[in-house]
Amino acid sequence: MTVKLPTLQKGQSGTIAAIHAGDELYHRLAALGFRVGKKLEVVRKGCCSGPLQVRLGTTDVIMRRRDAQQIDVKVPD
Amino acid sequence: MKRIALLGMPNTGKSTFFNRLTGASARIGNWPGITVDLMSAKVLLGGAMAEVVDLPGIYDLHGFSEDEQVVRRFLENQPVDLVLVILNTSQIERQLALALQIKQLGLPAVLLLNMADEARKFGITVDTQVMGEQLGMPVVQFSAKYGEHYAEATQAIAAALRDSRPAKLDQLRGLLAPDHQIEASMEEVLKKSVIIPERLSEDLSDRLDKVLLHPVWGILAFFAAMYAVFQAVFTLGKPLQDGVAWLLTQVRDLALEPLLTGLPAPLHGFLIDGLYNGVGTVAAFVPVIVLFFLLMAVVEDTGYLSRAAFLMDSLMSRLGLDGRSFVMVLMGFGCNVPALMGTRVMRSRPLRLLSMLVIPFSLCSARLQVFLFITAALFTARQAPLVLFSLYLFSFATAIFTALVFRKRFQNSEPFILELPPYRLPTLRQIVLRGWHEVRHFLTRASKFIVAGVVLVWLLTHIPFSEPAAGPHTWAGLIGSLAEPLLAPLGIDQKLAVALIFGLVAKEIVIGSLAVIFGLEGNALTQAIAHQMDWVQAYSFMLFTLVYTPCLSAIATLRSEAKSLRFALGSVAWSMVLAWGMSFAFYQGARALGF
Repeated sequence: MTVKLPTLQKGQSGTIAAIHAGDELYHRLAALGFRVGKKLEVVRKGCCSGPLQVRLGTTDVIMRRRDAQQIDVKVPD
Repeated sequence: MKRIALLGMPNTGKSTFFNRLTGASARIGNWPGITVDLMSAKVLLGGAMAEVVDLPGIYDLHGFSEDEQVVRRFLENQPVDLVLVILNTSQIERQLALALQIKQLGLPAVLLLNMADEARKFGITVDTQVMGEQLGMPVVQFSAKYGEHYAEATQAIAAALRDSRPAKLDQLRGLLAPDHQIEASMEEVLKKSVIIPERLSEDLSDRLDKVLLHPVWGILAFFAAMYAVFQAVFTLGKPLQDGVAWLLTQVRDLALEPLLTGLPAPLHGFLIDGLYNGVGTVAAFVPVIVLFFLLMAVVEDTGYLSRAAFLMDSLMSRLGLDGRSFVMVLMGFGCNVPALMGTRVMRSRPLRLLSMLVIPFSLCSARLQVFLFITAALFTARQAPLVLFSLYLFSFATAIFTALVFRKRFQNSEPFILELPPYRLPTLRQIVLRGWHEVRHFLTRASKFIVAGVVLVWLLTHIPFSEPAAGPHTWAGLIGSLAEPLLAPLGIDQKLAVALIFGLVAKEIVIGSLAVIFGLEGNALTQAIAHQMDWVQAYSFMLFTLVYTPCLSAIATLRSEAKSLRFALGSVAWSMVLAWGMSFAFYQGARALGF
């Protein structure tokens, strides 16, 4: 099942299925290791619609939900 | 069905091209022999269906990153009829190697030179005919983003596909064998000597984050940390500033005064009270800037700044700012100057400018001195803390209001994505270097502007020289009289207006200037001021002082950090308008209510 990244619960992980990003966001994500097929985990969600903390391998990244919305994640059904 | 592999370096527009070529039909698929999923789609090319696979972006076909290994695995396990090599035309001299590597493997290929539009701007021209003959593959220049020459590209692909035969996997495996040997030995060495846990153990950073990023404890810890930094800067900074002031006085009394005796009084005053004081104003900031950046370097290098950004982002994003702006606004309560310089951690220019517009409203320690003096003169000991607290609230309110007004104008399009580094101990060298760089930056960029400003105010308050300094007939006094119709509705008279002119240089000298203007000192001055105005006027004057302009050093820093005098002056103009509006509303409102 494919869902938007911000819908993942804290502690849930999945595989990046698609990145629907403009050039700027795409390059930023690519530089941090976001690629289709990579596994990621939502470590923490900021309170009051705050940012997400996402872990890819050994890299931790914080991103706003608006930006995370552009990432589709495949999760086990 | 024929199979096409799309290959290119990262950031060459490979995915843009893939999306354009395949439309919405792409899906993720598993491929035998490789561990990651790849996007693929079936498209109609030259009357026949073909499957297009988007391979990971790589720099080197013979490299050993995960993605490079995936590409090799794919090529030797899946028969490919055609490889599309996509390169960035403006970086052709670095990227062409990838096309040659594909050619060496004997794979049928088409070379797509993307970003033709960008290359043209750099004046790069490519003779695709000649390049095609040299490489032995069709070459097309196009723009995946704008679709320019896109039809030519697809035609070339369709034509090449018609004649192509699938690659011989045996032959490919043979050519890639040396890479395999390296991979195998690499794995062997790693297996025998390195342990990488499947799931990283919960390390110290994770455990710290559980507390420091907690919605309640994290916020408390954040304010505690900020308070500690703040206290450290000013408790350590005060004696250092006093030391610098003492040193400057010694130089003046022991060296300059004896040297300059005999000069005419105006020239003597100009050199000592104008020029030398200007230098002193600059010097007074040096200890605070050093300390501030020493501590900011610790906050940043330990990885805490990103955490603070995480905690505060939800609130700040609504104001068009981000969590890091909040840290700088808080630091501005100590001193605006280093806080303005600190905005350099933000890469997006609109975001930086908006933060810099907001920071000058932070009630800095110099403004606090003015307010302490006036509240002591006009309010009881029980009222005074409430009055001060209300001024801090106004400080926050004007900052928030300014952000809301200007967030559309300085719209930040940059995505907010920050790496959250593990907590690290900063090295002393890094910290010291940072402090030193920032001071040097401040001295080279802002000092001339500050000295010039101090000299200008000295001239305004002393010309003509026959008049008593800062008296009603000096230029400053005349400006005060001119401004009277504008300031009278705020309850601010001509004498206070002259003090405001001094306040432009530094808020620390406002009280000193009142002493000069009234010709009184200490308790006598306090009584004179209490006699001169009532509490409504005093509060209106404090509101105006809080907002009307940051000090000269802050304006100089605004100018040098934004690299725009217009921005600095615009910021001051906005402050003036806002200050006038607030004081007017307060003063007239209070009077209308009968106070």
